[in-house]
Amino acid sequence: MTEPHSAVAEHAEHSPYLRHHFDNMEQQFDSATLGMWVFLLTEIMFFGGMFGAYTVYRSMYPEAFASTSMHMNPAFGAANTAVLIVSSLTMALAVRSARLGKQQALQMFLILTMIFGIAFLVIKGFEYHEHWVDMKVPLFSGHWDYSNTPEFPHQAQYSHQAQILFCFYFFMTGFHALHMLVGVGLMTTILMMARRGIFSTNYFTPVEISGLYWHFVDIVWIFLFPLLYLIGNARKLI
Amino acid sequence: MSTALQTPEVAETPNYLNSEYGWKSWLFTKDHKRIAVLYIISITVMFFIGGIFASLIRIELLTPQGDLVNSDTYNKFFTMHGIVMVFFFLIPSIPATLGNFFLPMQIGAKDLAFPRINLLSWYIYIAGAIFALSAIVLGGVDTGWTFYTPFSSTYSNTFVITAAVGVFIAGFSSILTGLNFIVTVHKMRAPGMTWGRLPLFVWANYATSLIQVLGTPVVAITLALVGLERAFHIGIFDPAIGGDPILFQHMFWFYSHPAVYIMILPGMGVISELVTCFSRKSIFGYSFIAASSLGIAIIGFLVWGHHMFVTGMSMYASLYFSLLTMLVAVPSAIKVFNWTATMFRGSISYDTPMLYAFGFIGLFTIGGLTGLFLATLGVDVHVTDTYFVVAHFHYVMVGGMVLAYLGGMHFWWPKITGRMYPEGWAKFACLLVFAGFNLTFFPQFITGYLGQPRRYHAYAPEFQVLNVMSTAGASVLGLGYVIPLIYFLWSMKYGPKAGNNPWNAKGLEWQTTSPPPTFNFEQTPIVTEDAYAYGSESAPEEAHHHD
Amino acid sequence: MHSVPSVRTYVIVWATLTFFTFATYYIAQIDLGQWNIVIALLIAFFKMSLVIFFFMNLKAESPLTKLFAAGGFFWMILLLGQFFVDYISRDWMPGGKMW
Repeated sequence: MTEPHSAVAEHAEHSPYLRHHFDNMEQQFDSATLGMWVFLLTEIMFFGGMFGAYTVYRSMYPEAFASTSMHMNPAFGAANTAVLIVSSLTMALAVRSARLGKQQALQMFLILTMIFGIAFLVIKGFEYHEHWVDMKVPLFSGHWDYSNTPEFPHQAQYSHQAQILFCFYFFMTGFHALHMLVGVGLMTTILMMARRGIFSTNYFTPVEISGLYWHFVDIVWIFLFPLLYLIGNARKLI
Repeated sequence: MSTALQTPEVAETPNYLNSEYGWKSWLFTKDHKRIAVLYIISITVMFFIGGIFASLIRIELLTPQGDLVNSDTYNKFFTMHGIVMVFFFLIPSIPATLGNFFLPMQIGAKDLAFPRINLLSWYIYIAGAIFALSAIVLGGVDTGWTFYTPFSSTYSNTFVITAAVGVFIAGFSSILTGLNFIVTVHKMRAPGMTWGRLPLFVWANYATSLIQVLGTPVVAITLALVGLERAFHIGIFDPAIGGDPILFQHMFWFYSHPAVYIMILPGMGVISELVTCFSRKSIFGYSFIAASSLGIAIIGFLVWGHHMFVTGMSMYASLYFSLLTMLVAVPSAIKVFNWTATMFRGSISYDTPMLYAFGFIGLFTIGGLTGLFLATLGVDVHVTDTYFVVAHFHYVMVGGMVLAYLGGMHFWWPKITGRMYPEGWAKFACLLVFAGFNLTFFPQFITGYLGQPRRYHAYAPEFQVLNVMSTAGASVLGLGYVIPLIYFLWSMKYGPKAGNNPWNAKGLEWQTTSPPPTFNFEQTPIVTEDAYAYGSESAPEEAHHHD
Repeated sequence: MHSVPSVRTYVIVWATLTFFTFATYYIAQIDLGQWNIVIALLIAFFKMSLVIFFFMNLKAESPLTKLFAAGGFFWMILLLGQFFVDYISRDWMPGGKMW
């Protein structure tokens, strides 16, 4: 789409980041923010479908889920939760820095957020590896061995339903990890934009809406943690 | 297509069609009007592909025996017909084409809130369509468009994952369109364009967008789970390890029932526009029609279990869903009454768009009422999975939605292209569509009630006469579709130039040139009157000219 | 444009979130019967509210944005609730039969 050239001079006084179908920067910011909230609404329903299915099966097989949950490592889960919460703090501080036009602080907090995000993914990878070693990955036929739990001999009867919980574990944490990856990618892009000096007190929309996305992914994990790791009662720390 | 649009004689005034030429200016456009045209082309292609499968179905059903193809191949026919028609024609149709083109114009905006996301939406649609067409070319899918498990997740030997990926991707196209519309309507209305002055077409698309963003993600995750289950040979819906196939159906229909309202609501929005314009009368019950659009969107999420009455779902759940399904008919009926009241003592002109509106009101009413038959538990046990259901949804989807789409295309064609279509041929095609449609699908109510099951390539011999009528009707209907395709294309080069407002219609889109300029309006309009300020007894001469 | 929360606010929210994370972790070791899940979910909802209202600044957003956020959660409840209209009532028929 080409602009008539005479209009360029006219637009010189507007922010260079004002898109021309908007009347002013405030309308653009409000639209972007509302747009991100609506997108997060779709994400709620996306994960919600999985949470719904999970809830149905948990109500059908409460003992199986409880005993299978013993194979999760809540220490890792809790650590991951704490890591994500810190990353949310640094993300919020990054957005705050962007609003106040503090370029150095913005970049620092973005980098910290990315570090914590990557730390989360590393811990997750370690967990997945442990499950793989223990033959608790039902995603490939032949890689599921539920009999190998001498300390929980009563669990053999739950072998089938246990697969369901593990399927949900891998699908839900897998989709979540995918969203984290996208988030880290977003942060990289925002960081590069920040280093080019694009953001100011008048224009920080990409930082704001990326922040919303990041916090949402944190919220999903806040629910995944108790629902996947802390199911049994009086569960012991492995 | 490109030659017709690049002919200088299309329009002398600068407009969105002649502002730039070349394939890059189309494939990298951010103009909602050009994106709408891209969608029109794409969904027309998919419609005719879906139509080919419909033809194959009807040809097989000319004879009671399954003699044209074997049952597995027939299963692929109705599956591909359903998948292509539902996900690649009906769901995007009016929002992505007429909605994309006219929603910004009707609210006085220069474009949608997120033009690049709009273009991305089209590319995502194309990517999804490529996957779906690949599934067809590779050998097809035979699960039914409903992908019921465990057949789809475990036992089918066809290209389920490819098809499911195609639908998954196309779902995001739908979500992004809905997101765009919602933010646009909230944030980009022109000064004076209050919610109470919005055209009902905008209300309808807004309600549709709410459904799109709330429902589509659930079917996305559902199909993703089926795909994962199939790929990795594990089972969330596999009864062998304690999974519940009915849970799949709950998750699938949570979206797919509201999806039918995604399909019909924009059509109802078009009908509101047509009825008021061609009766020269302000719409009767504006707020009721607007509220009923929202009502349908919300209640539509409370009724999906009526697809599952005989599956093994709890009988108490069936009672709940049956009752609520009765309720969802009410807002639709409100619209029909309001349209009829609008026409009463109006000054009716029988242009082609209005003929399609008449057809819609009659056929949608029949389709909707037969929906109540199906909502009634006792009757549903008898007619479910028969041709009665097939006839019901084709009455609302084809008799309703497709007629609304055709009516809208005829109404807005002069605005989109600056050319008029030939009215004589258009009326003829409309009659062919109406006659062909009824001949195709009315017999199916009868055979369904008498017991002919759906999704079978053979049937009892006593149904043959009615099936032959149905196939004959389908031929007439097909002709009725092909004729507009031809004359619309013809009109782009040879049709008479249409003025800015050939119908003397109200609405901001008619106050600008045909075709519109790239930025829609020379100056942002300021709105001072209600949406349908036709005089209550006015004849066409009294209408405002805004040239 | 909008108000900018202070660093102090953010740090207090973070500390609260971290505290409740460990609370969830340790409470899960105590056998409270069916209350375990209730408490765990209540804590999760509380943490989510903190993130939404403070980190995501929903507190300062327009009523419209709040409506959309609330709508999302309400719709999830519609999904879950209506699934359970089926699953809860499956056992209600006499003799355990469906019809």
